Amino acid sequence: MYRQWVLTALLAWPVLGAVVVLLVPARWGKHVALGASLVEFALSVPLWWVFVPDGGVQCFVDLPWIENWGIRYTVGVDGISLFLVLLTTFLVPLSVLGSYNYIKERERGFYALLLVLTSGMIGVFVALDLFLFYVMWEVMLIPMYFIIGVWGGERRLYAAVKFFIYTFFGSLLMLLAILALVHAVGVRSGVYSFSYAYLTAHLGGLGPLAYWLFGAFFLAFAIKVPMFPFHTWLPDAHVEAPTAGSVILAAILLKMGTYGFLRFALPLFPAVALHPAVQRVIVTLALVGIVYGGLVAMVQPDFKKLIAYSSVAHLGFVMLGIWALTLQSVQGALLVMINHGISTGALFFIVGMLYERRHSRLIESFGGIARVVPMLAAVLTIVSLSSIGLPATNGFVGEFLVLIGAFRVYPLPTIIATSGVIIAAMYLLPALQRVIYNPLDKSANEKLPDLTPREIAVLAPLLACILWIGVYPQPILRRMEPAARQFVQSVRLNAAVFTAGR
Amino acid sequence: MAAPPLSLLWVVPALPLAGFVVNGALALAGARTKRAVSIVGVGTLALAFAAAAFAVVGLARLRSAEPLVFSYWDWLNVGELKVAFALQLDQLSAVMLLVVTGVGALIHVFSVGYMRDDPGYARYFAYLNLFVFFMLILVLGASFPVMFVGWEGVGLCSYLLIGFWFNEQINADAGKKAFIVNRIGDFGFLVAMFLIFWRIGSLDFTTVFAKAPTAFAAGGALVTAITLFLFLGCTGKSAQIPLYTWLPDAMQGPTPVSALIHAATMVTAGVYLVARCGVLFALSPTGSAVVAGIGALTALFAATIALKQWDIKRVLAYSTVSQLGYMFVGVGTGVYAAGIFHLATHAFFKALLFLGSGSVINAMHHAYHATHSHEDAQDMRNMGGLARHLPWTATLMWIATLAIAGIPPFAGFFSKDEILGAAFAEGAVRPIWYAFWAMGIAAALLTAFYMTRLMRYTFHGPNRTGDREREHLHEAPWLMTAPLLVLGALTVLGGGLNIPPLFGGGALLEHWLEPVTGAAARLQPPIEVAAGTEWTLVAGAVLVAALGIVAAFRWLKLETLVPARLAPAERGLGRVLWKKWYVDELYDALVVRPVMWISREVLWKVVDARLVDGWLVNGTAALSRALGWAGSRLQTGEVGAYVLLFVIGVIGVLTLLGVTVR
Repeated sequence: MYRQWVLTALLAWPVLGAVVVLLVPARWGKHVALGASLVEFALSVPLWWVFVPDGGVQCFVDLPWIENWGIRYTVGVDGISLFLVLLTTFLVPLSVLGSYNYIKERERGFYALLLVLTSGMIGVFVALDLFLFYVMWEVMLIPMYFIIGVWGGERRLYAAVKFFIYTFFGSLLMLLAILALVHAVGVRSGVYSFSYAYLTAHLGGLGPLAYWLFGAFFLAFAIKVPMFPFHTWLPDAHVEAPTAGSVILAAILLKMGTYGFLRFALPLFPAVALHPAVQRVIVTLALVGIVYGGLVAMVQPDFKKLIAYSSVAHLGFVMLGIWALTLQSVQGALLVMINHGISTGALFFIVGMLYERRHSRLIESFGGIARVVPMLAAVLTIVSLSSIGLPATNGFVGEFLVLIGAFRVYPLPTIIATSGVIIAAMYLLPALQRVIYNPLDKSANEKLPDLTPREIAVLAPLLACILWIGVYPQPILRRMEPAARQFVQSVRLNAAVFTAGR
Repeated sequence: MAAPPLSLLWVVPALPLAGFVVNGALALAGARTKRAVSIVGVGTLALAFAAAAFAVVGLARLRSAEPLVFSYWDWLNVGELKVAFALQLDQLSAVMLLVVTGVGALIHVFSVGYMRDDPGYARYFAYLNLFVFFMLILVLGASFPVMFVGWEGVGLCSYLLIGFWFNEQINADAGKKAFIVNRIGDFGFLVAMFLIFWRIGSLDFTTVFAKAPTAFAAGGALVTAITLFLFLGCTGKSAQIPLYTWLPDAMQGPTPVSALIHAATMVTAGVYLVARCGVLFALSPTGSAVVAGIGALTALFAATIALKQWDIKRVLAYSTVSQLGYMFVGVGTGVYAAGIFHLATHAFFKALLFLGSGSVINAMHHAYHATHSHEDAQDMRNMGGLARHLPWTATLMWIATLAIAGIPPFAGFFSKDEILGAAFAEGAVRPIWYAFWAMGIAAALLTAFYMTRLMRYTFHGPNRTGDREREHLHEAPWLMTAPLLVLGALTVLGGGLNIPPLFGGGALLEHWLEPVTGAAARLQPPIEVAAGTEWTLVAGAVLVAALGIVAAFRWLKLETLVPARLAPAERGLGRVLWKKWYVDELYDALVVRPVMWISREVLWKVVDARLVDGWLVNGTAALSRALGWAGSRLQTGEVGAYVLLFVIGVIGVLTLLGVTVR
């Protein structure tokens, strides 16, 4: 039973919650939103046990929608999307709770948008119909635009429009590519369908068109990841977004790009993706992301910008892992996606908490505060260490798997990528030092209050995940393995078949 | 009563971990109770030492030639990669286990006295316990990745403890430098793991070392690359050229930390790693030569710097770098037992020297504190004649000085002699080793000199502390002197661990380690020398040590030395040595500043802001203008307008699609 309704419920419930939030009195808004998001999380938790690692796509629902055009409501989860769904439902309640003090105006609107955004994000991860996927992709774009544009910082409109134009440009290309793909497959097979299963089963023979379609998908997803040189919207969006916006943006929205590569770009166009020239370009861009993102992060005076550029570096590891196409590297990439959500999410929460206390995001505004806020300092230290991949935290496990898996395929690029562990220490530790260590020389910092119980409630679950995944990631790895294996094998096989057949 | 099963080995690291959790919670809760912190901090270590002793006795009874591996849970199992969270007890990890928990427990006791007035007492013991936990994981880990957990974990604790008094920037800077420099080494460790896994398909020690002789061509490029990348990791953790620069700065931490982490245990991890991977190094003559060569060079280079340092802890820091160099000469020459032997004796006498300097600093600090003076409590120019006030400390430190100088029958004599003897013997086959041996002898001369210099300036001659301060100088409480006494006893007797047959000994440690070092020794048998040659070498080495001591007595004029604030600037070669050959300045100019400058001025301000965001984004202005209409509508912030646009778009697209489909 649960399997049949859970995904639909996860999609519908937040929208319902959003409507209720808009209807209740203003001061109840955030509490209702918290309740709704907690229920959403509770609904999703049984998936962890219900999910059968070897079971392929599960909780599958396939209903007609716009039949004339071959559009159906098809949803399901597999070992690739499961954890992104759970990460989403896990982080939304924390984001709501983390916004309690930050958001002071038009609260109901904010929380309603956050809930609608949740539906959109879940939709992107569970959609197995390309049209449904596109719709969900757009659904999540709009609330984020408003969250940045209405509740953001001083240059919020600039950042929001930049975010929107970039992403919208990509998604427009993606829509065109989807339509062209459906058309091309339809012409050859006689059936016009947006079904993911149908399209992947009737690939081949697209000829040069495949390159154009891959290019369009690539642009859409690469902007979202973001890969160098499509990344400049990210620092602006992060800096201006309210805390919850930054958290969701980094933790979930960026993953839609890498998820898009895993789910669509590679399975649909394997021969193109594995074309030597394409490989070279993508691996190079991933390395540029790791090294360049890290070096630019190192010199940022604004803590939020620093974290934004560090995301470019982290996602570079994901791209390297995906393209190396070994079991370890792909599972590592999936794990880095989750870990980045947890660790970077936690970093943005903490920077938000510092901002609420000092109304500054500049690193130089702080200094020596470990003496006045020992708990906040301890949490920031642990989260930073996880972000730079200290063993026994989650960060290490993911990066290590990516690198050890990628080494077999791309030895030299992997060695360059490994230097990212040095660069990570170079950008995060000096920032950490300038915030919590050094002399306590600014009078405004002398009376900072330490973490409140509410803030502890936001951070404690994230800390628990950091240590759990670092020490015992096996429950997650075990659930991912069959899907990752299937992904690696089918992409490699199809690439060989299509290349030979051309 | 039946002995507890050895699979309970996890208890040994779990005890300090529990100590960390309790003391960490007490620290965060702002608890004022120092008694509870001390009991937890010292108690867990004492229990860990007892448990370790049990384990080692159990191992000795088994007489197992194979390592005992206890696997607790699956950590990283993905496809053919299988890494369990497993601990390994064998003769090598047993030695490390005893050194770490034994010396660790003594230093915890000393810390109770040394840190008694510090507001961060609980935090200090939390970090110290965490350090011991990670150090035990490092030595007990049964695979490269598990060892790496300890490897980076001890680096973290080192970082936290160097910057323990974090409100002073110089301390925080030193901690950060240690972490980042160590990360450069860790990069090497990681790449070595990738290469090993790529070739062998496993990262477990037992599998890797069993398969290595067949998987790698002896002297081949691959195994050489692996050993060199591993050794890069060692140069970071064990402070060898070129990555040694963090260790002298690490002296910013509390002195017991310098004794435990930056002398006795963590910095020896690299030596342990090479000994552990003896099979790999035996397969690569080039790799071994690099290890021995860098070790010899570092031993000599660091000793020259130690000649001109005035800070008592800095002298000891460079001395540690130098002595670690000897250990690498040993393991690089293939005499792993000798390297580990020197590791153990060095842990005794160097911990004694550091704790002794802690007693001195403690006394100096109290004297200056009592008179509200702001003089440097660590500068030897402010000391002198302290033997009258701290007789126990002076006596014990003299014993350690004779040990490190290589005077028989103290511990350091036997261990250093074995290393130098083996290096000389190797020279018969590979002449470059004669150079390594000569560097080692030269370093021994300097060692005897700078240690005697330290002792004389600190403890003898007229006192320069100040007239009012002098009456406040006194020995530390017994709680701090007692660990010194134990370490003193070990320094005197430690040589007995491994007295070579030349002196009628049974070479206990060498035989004990044979199950571990045997595989490497079969691949690369150590060279034997005639007993006559050996006697000559021993006599020469003792003579050189005596020469250094005598020279320091003859040349150094204690009467003319003036306190630090009155001291004239150094000139000539003395200045170069005092400035540590300007290596920090060189790294700063060649690496740190260029990287920062390129990142800020080129990558960020030009590439990111001007090229990508400015030029590239504006370069697609035509496209932007096409979308500009939508953009300008959006800037009004009207939801309705957007939704309308969106719906029109979707309908339009669907219509288009419908047309094409039909």
